[in-house]
Amino acid sequence: MSDKETLFSAKNRGLLLGPLSKDNPVLVQILGICSALAVTAKLEPAIVMALSVTAVTAFSNVILSLLRNTIPTRIRIIVQLVVVAALVIIVDQVLKAYAYEVSKQLSVFVGLIITNCIIMGRIEAFALANKPWPSLLDGIGNGLGYGLVLVIVAFFRELLGSGTLFGFKVIPQIFYDWGYQNNGLMILPPMALMLVGLIIWVHRAKNKDLIEQK
Amino acid sequence: MNKQGNTYTFIYSIVLVVVVAALLAVVSLSLKPLQDENIENEKRQNILSSVNISSTPETSAELFKKIIKKQFILNYKGEAIEGDAFNVDIPTEGKKLQKAIKNSPELQKALKDGRMISESIKDAKALAEIKFPVFVADVDGAVKYILPVYGVGLWGPIWGYLSLNEDKNTVYGVLFDHKGETPGLGAEITTPKFQKPFSGKTIFDNSTLKSITVKKGGNATGAHEVDAISGGTITSKGVETMIADYLKCYEQFLKQIQ
Repeated sequence: MSDKETLFSAKNRGLLLGPLSKDNPVLVQILGICSALAVTAKLEPAIVMALSVTAVTAFSNVILSLLRNTIPTRIRIIVQLVVVAALVIIVDQVLKAYAYEVSKQLSVFVGLIITNCIIMGRIEAFALANKPWPSLLDGIGNGLGYGLVLVIVAFFRELLGSGTLFGFKVIPQIFYDWGYQNNGLMILPPMALMLVGLIIWVHRAKNKDLIEQK
Repeated sequence: MNKQGNTYTFIYSIVLVVVVAALLAVVSLSLKPLQDENIENEKRQNILSSVNISSTPETSAELFKKIIKKQFILNYKGEAIEGDAFNVDIPTEGKKLQKAIKNSPELQKALKDGRMISESIKDAKALAEIKFPVFVADVDGAVKYILPVYGVGLWGPIWGYLSLNEDKNTVYGVLFDHKGETPGLGAEITTPKFQKPFSGKTIFDNSTLKSITVKKGGNATGAHEVDAISGGTITSKGVETMIADYLKCYEQFLKQIQ
């Protein structure tokens, strides 16, 4: 990479925007599924989770990219874990202080961000071999790519499962009077898995080059 | 310096860990007051909710001050214990009670037979030090007694607040919460559908403490019965046991004016 390269060159833009679609960590790499199932029953926790993960991937990528030339290879993974764990604890503490209700809904899943494969995956695959700026873009891109799927899943689960969006009723009462019912299955985790599956199906149908050759 | 050598690795890890620890300590200390306030506000909201007053985190402190006129701590004999009732940690006290019940066959038997435990239990050291807070609320001029309860559901702890009218017999309102009951089944104890029917039920039958029982089959019509949650039997039974055990411990207090 030349020093003259601009901050938002085509390559850097690719780092930021690629994970939103063709390199999506959830849809293409099938990472971070567990939390995608757990926190998507409602839109609000899903968005907070998306932002939390984005913050952690972005900062951990930058920090480890800055440290990359000093880290002894033998304790590489431990150093990564310490940095990610510290960031996750900070996110958890901040949520408990400023978004208590949501942090209660997310409960253990904030702490479990540390086990989100996307984070360690991006550090190993990208941050340790690249400069801080591209690492930051890569981190934000992957966090948002993950968050995008979360929000889509949460949108359908909350709409069909509870008849609300962000806690506001959107399905008019008259529908219920006519016999419409909220789908209780949508609230349960298995339905999130099916939704993710459906999204992957649609996504692959639109991006034919992602379909594996037989 | 050799970056792969032992010395470098050791120094690197020590420095890293110390820096991270210091950073976390600073973050934790600086956010602690805000977090504590959130927890206290939630507790206030829960207590207010048991007398059917809804509040937001912002308004809870003010409303609490306005509504809750008196608060005190009792032991199981109904004697006052020194201390601030609001700051009593309900989970800690609740676990002490569970342990006391588990370790004392005598107490289990007394609870089962419905005997008054303050009279029938002679040696109850473990029980004597458990704090039972009482909050006295003034809702539109009427006195309400709010009692915290704490118990076990299917997957983890359940807790709540039960408010009684001035007669210390009729339930005015309840609030239940849980740590991790099954969504859609046991977790339904937090919904108005389960909680509403408690209002108006009575806990005494003449002067015998009956508590409130949950009943399967959707035909709970008795004065001491409410409907259980279909598919959430163990959680519903947990609520029943929780209320029964706690009312037993408050029995002396409940009978004081009656």
